[in-house]
Amino acid sequence: MKMLGFSHTVLVLSGKGGVGKSTFSALLARGLAARDDTQVALLDIDICGPSVPRMMGLEGEQVHQSGSGWSPVYVEENLGVMSVGFLLSSPDDAVIWRGPKKNGLIKQFLRDVDWGEVDYLIIDTPPGTSDEHLSIVQYLSAAHVDGAVIITTPQEVSLQDVRKEINFCRKVKLPIIGVVENMSGFICPKCKNESQIFPPTTGGAEKMCQNLNISLLGKVPLDPQIGKSCDKGQSFLAEVPESPATLSYRSIIQSKSENHCVTRPLERQNHQ
Amino acid sequence: MESLTTDHNELPRVRYTRSLPTPVPPADSVIRSNLAGVRHVLLVLSGKGGVGKSTVATELALALRLAGKRVGILDVDLCGPSIPRMLRVQDSAVHQCNSGWVPVFAHQDKSISLMSIGFLLEKPDDAVVWRGPKKNALIKQFVSDVAWGDLDFLIVDTPPGTSDEHISTVEALRPHKPLAAILVTTPQAVSVADVRRELTFCKKTGLRVLGIVENMSGFVCPHCSECTNIFSKGGGEELAKHAGVPFLGSVPLDPQLSQSLEDGRDFIQEFPKSSAFPALAHIAQQILDGTPRSS
Repeated sequence: MKMLGFSHTVLVLSGKGGVGKSTFSALLARGLAARDDTQVALLDIDICGPSVPRMMGLEGEQVHQSGSGWSPVYVEENLGVMSVGFLLSSPDDAVIWRGPKKNGLIKQFLRDVDWGEVDYLIIDTPPGTSDEHLSIVQYLSAAHVDGAVIITTPQEVSLQDVRKEINFCRKVKLPIIGVVENMSGFICPKCKNESQIFPPTTGGAEKMCQNLNISLLGKVPLDPQIGKSCDKGQSFLAEVPESPATLSYRSIIQSKSENHCVTRPLERQNHQ
Repeated sequence: MESLTTDHNELPRVRYTRSLPTPVPPADSVIRSNLAGVRHVLLVLSGKGGVGKSTVATELALALRLAGKRVGILDVDLCGPSIPRMLRVQDSAVHQCNSGWVPVFAHQDKSISLMSIGFLLEKPDDAVVWRGPKKNALIKQFVSDVAWGDLDFLIVDTPPGTSDEHISTVEALRPHKPLAAILVTTPQAVSVADVRRELTFCKKTGLRVLGIVENMSGFVCPHCSECTNIFSKGGGEELAKHAGVPFLGSVPLDPQLSQSLEDGRDFIQEFPKSSAFPALAHIAQQILDGTPRSS
């Protein structure tokens, strides 16, 4: 399999849907690609609900084929993206496929895309522990996978699914880099009081990580600008540099790159 | 049909273990008998995860129950089953009777019956790491082997997407009952984009769309009453207009609703003054009326 050129591979997982996997994947990819000398690839294997193209400002783009394979769609010279979203001709097109066909496409994404030499491969996944997850782990078995970042929100309804995902990782021997707790509190922009919209009734990710001996990478508060930036395909980190959520995300991304032997600190992305 | 009020603890318990062979698909006649007493089947769908499908399914069931209806919930989210906890029956077990599997009864008066893989796991944190065929087999069993009895509504909670679970659920149910669907979205474009695809799924599979619910539609600060559109606004209503389907209503973010779901409480009965109540009650009313009206 043409899978040679990835120095680091990170899977972004969650048992639960809608906790911010794609958001985190997009921001992680952008954050790592802020350094011009780092080549980043973002692979979206959510076949039914591909959110990455929109979040990266690449809606409507199509995949081109060359002699060396499928060409990723480039956001920057050093940040390439692949998603089933680029293969659909209309926003109403539904991918109504059973497992085997989804697996086939995921294999193609790894084998037939001409990624080139890549420092970081970030893989955004759909929620769950099914075909896509089994297949990606299987197909990457010959490559070096740094591990999984698991995203959750604070409430038990999410955590109960996330614990299953953690068990999945342990079952397939996928190392867990750590957990990110998203939507962790909301500060009213007017009165500055905090509300727990998704209450951590069982101690949130912090308690879960303690119990399962896993690293809590950080907690990110709700910020309406996150959703807005995602919808517009802009980088939230660049658009709202002073938000507490930006600071949380940056610190998580910083610690990720530092833990994997990138010695120079991440430069702050300048807001143009 | 055997009475469902026998002491279920005397009946053999159903557990899903790795050693269970893939079941043989049951004859249509068996499926027909277990669904014969079900009047309406309603799927709760979304292309997008985390928008509140299980929440809407649960609250709709509670509202319909309060209106005097007999309700069942079939949870076909095999990887992330949320319904048991939302109705505080996560520690319950499924038992077997002559007609099949006895659903779990939630609520004191046993007015809501449930089936979920959550009841079949050895441990609650066990991951269900199954490929499509095994998921499909269990869904067929859920449709055919559960002795639902007489229900006014069977609500089917689904995982996000348009894949095995959805195809199998529709295929298993459609020969036996007319099917309708409610689609749930949050307001922002990223969600709406996935729900558009789900609408296509409904069209292609002949699912009648009763309407779209826009969930997490704004948050009113309990301290100062300032409304913030955390997940944007209006996308669900616009989608309904664009797709020519009824808009069933906007449900605001409500920490009391989140807390209720965490605790497995009956939000509809216990918190009628909470901010999400009016919209949820209105959605249920439209379902009861059978013809969604514009709000």
